[in-house]
Amino acid sequence: MAQISMNKQPAASSQWHHILYVLRENPVTMLAFALLGMFLLCAILGPALVPYDPLATNAARALEPPSWEHWFGTDNLGRDVFSRVVVATRLDLSISVAAVALSFVIGAMLGAVAGYWGGWLDAVLNRLLDTIMAFPLFVLAMGVVAALGNTIENIIYATALINIPFYARLVRAEVNIRRDAGFAQAAKLAGNGDLRVLALHIFPNALPPMMVQVSLNLGWAILNAAGLSFIGLGVRPPTPEWGIMVAEGANFIVSGEWWLALFPGLWLMLAVFTFNLLGDGLRDMVDPRKRS
Amino acid sequence: MLAVRDLAVGFQTRKGPVNALRGVSFDLAKGETLGLVGESGSGKSVTSYALMGLLDAGGQIRQGEITYSGMDLRRASEADMRELRGREISMIFQNPRAALNPIRKIGHQLEDVLRRHGRASRQDAKAKAIAALEAVRIADAPARYHAYPFELSGGMCQRVVIALALACDPQLLIADEPTTGLDITTQKAVMDLMGDLIRARGMGAIVITHDLGLAAQYCDRILVMKDGAIVEQGAPEQLFSAPRHAYTRRLVEATPRLGASIRSLLPAEARRPEPQHHVHNRPLLEVRDLYKTYRGKSGPVSAVKGLSFQIKAGQSLGLVGESGCGKSTTSEMIVRLQDPSQGHILFDGQDIAATPAARFARHPLRRDIQMVFQDATGSLNPRDSAAAAIGAPLARIGRMRGAKRAARVAELADLVGLPQNLLSRFPHQLSGGQKARVGIARAIALDPKLLILDEPTAALDVSIQALVLNLLVDLRAKLGMSYLFVSHDLNVVRLLCDEVLVMKSGEIIEQGPSAQVMTAPQHPYTKALLAAAPQPPQRPTAK
Repeated sequence: MAQISMNKQPAASSQWHHILYVLRENPVTMLAFALLGMFLLCAILGPALVPYDPLATNAARALEPPSWEHWFGTDNLGRDVFSRVVVATRLDLSISVAAVALSFVIGAMLGAVAGYWGGWLDAVLNRLLDTIMAFPLFVLAMGVVAALGNTIENIIYATALINIPFYARLVRAEVNIRRDAGFAQAAKLAGNGDLRVLALHIFPNALPPMMVQVSLNLGWAILNAAGLSFIGLGVRPPTPEWGIMVAEGANFIVSGEWWLALFPGLWLMLAVFTFNLLGDGLRDMVDPRKRS
Repeated sequence: MLAVRDLAVGFQTRKGPVNALRGVSFDLAKGETLGLVGESGSGKSVTSYALMGLLDAGGQIRQGEITYSGMDLRRASEADMRELRGREISMIFQNPRAALNPIRKIGHQLEDVLRRHGRASRQDAKAKAIAALEAVRIADAPARYHAYPFELSGGMCQRVVIALALACDPQLLIADEPTTGLDITTQKAVMDLMGDLIRARGMGAIVITHDLGLAAQYCDRILVMKDGAIVEQGAPEQLFSAPRHAYTRRLVEATPRLGASIRSLLPAEARRPEPQHHVHNRPLLEVRDLYKTYRGKSGPVSAVKGLSFQIKAGQSLGLVGESGCGKSTTSEMIVRLQDPSQGHILFDGQDIAATPAARFARHPLRRDIQMVFQDATGSLNPRDSAAAAIGAPLARIGRMRGAKRAARVAELADLVGLPQNLLSRFPHQLSGGQKARVGIARAIALDPKLLILDEPTAALDVSIQALVLNLLVDLRAKLGMSYLFVSHDLNVVRLLCDEVLVMKSGEIIEQGPSAQVMTAPQHPYTKALLAAAPQPPQRPTAK
């Protein structure tokens, strides 16, 4: 036992060193992780951080421009825009993370099976994915939400559905090129059946490119969820959500109250930006070959 | 013609500057063929890139002079160098397929070069391209003019690359491992062709190779490089009969050749008496009428046609043949990674071909048949440390856990000569020889009765190859395993195997005790194979 724990410890600490190395080497990755940390903080502690109740109306202070008291101004019902934007982080991140996790798992399983066994299974799955991709994806998501009903779960399902093909195709290609790799054959000689070879030896090697896909996808998923809410499908007012806030704020831009739409929009943009920057860093962290 | 003086090249890397060349000096006369020999990392390729002005970003000539026909190449402008490359100095790269544009007909690629250097006009380009193809002895050149690279064999592609390199009558030809990856008879054809062309045109040539035998056969003078410096130079006979530098001596000894024993490949101080292995008179593996047919685009393709042979317990059998002869298919069927179309594979009297390959992972005989793969790098999972790779069969089949497994892994590492502190490393942190050891340790982890070795030393330097071959000999004596040794290199097979099978197009064309097949081959194909293997000049074998 002593030997095992001795072996484990350097491995864990070397992983930690590697992460630190990646962060130090690339300032952009560092920035992305800092922003991610901020968003996670908002998502977890959001309601406790903000100065006002995001749902509390105050007709006396409606449509005030940004000030020290109300950093992002107030909306037509006198609610604090800053509080609403920060509190909405939790909902928007949950929707996108749940949707991406769902499409990651389903897409990875479909793609791995298609890439490993090939044949008619591969052909059928590929045509199925082609069918999904043949629709304009946002319209497909709209259709799903409209048909299933206007709930948060359905937004998640719709967002997951339109992202599945991307994962499935990526995994299929990554698994396919490693199907007959030496290490896969060696794993079979070590007594692993096909399923174990696929799940434990081939699939993990597809993770680095998957990580890039995940982080880009998180950005898209946030945009998608916000987009659905923007056109009235999805989260319903008065729940604070970036898409609805932009949609509601848009009505007031003409009359000069720009802050209603601008700040939720900027916040949304920052979130998408963060996830897009995250990809390369995440990939380098899960790739053992980048270690040295 | 070419004079290199005190050339030093450095690279900037993540871990600081690295000196690739440290003061290399040599001359090349007109019409002379110079061999640049060394193991990987010795700086032989960097030398050629420096000559051509093609160093990677980060590479830089630190000092020294390169003079070509009175011209200072180091100070030549990029435009001058472009003119020079192709017209005066030409290069042949390692991988002919990668050097050709895959989506352009080879004739058009030749025309591009001819016209780029003003050697042909639009009207006569085609005729000149065909003439160039004929010059490299491509049969039916007018038809091949329209071929794409993927339609040609590796040897044909290399001929096209040579035609491209010689299209503008260069004065100096640099060939960087021109025959790596080619079959041995193809290698001979390509090298003979190159030698003839060089002689006929009176060019100077630099042949870069890791194969001392090949260099000795085709070069007038050989430079031996190590760690970015030239350690010795001289005529091939002199280098072989009286190597002055210790490193040259080691290299010469490690090169398998006629009359050498497996221990004589090692440096003198590391030689121990060769252990005897015991061959029992009981068949361990019996292959009967084995067929493998693939479904091809244009009908079925027979890879293996009715193979029958046996391996006795403790015996080492060599399986020799060129690419496409079905030797890899055969070994994969025996190790149960592929199913035969027809036939039986009896292991200790039990037909293992009756269990489909997909279900063989849980077969009780799985532990007794293991394999060492050709490409040591590709056979290790990049995400697994060396210890995890070696321990994998112990965990799955041996059901060993925790400390017991760790102890067995450590024991195996000792057995194959892998330092314990390397066990926690990942494959990309290990050298080629170390990866080969990990692969061998993994294969012998469960004490298999039959070990299939698929060209285990093909990607290794000769000195590492010598160590690995000797390790295999020791392990065989210690553990009493039988080997099926698959290889294209007859010199290596002769050293290791008791009996040898020669395969061609899926059939056995000759078999017998290896000494007999090697010295008195019966089949013309075996004779051709033996004749094509480069033989270094004879020298008294060190005792």
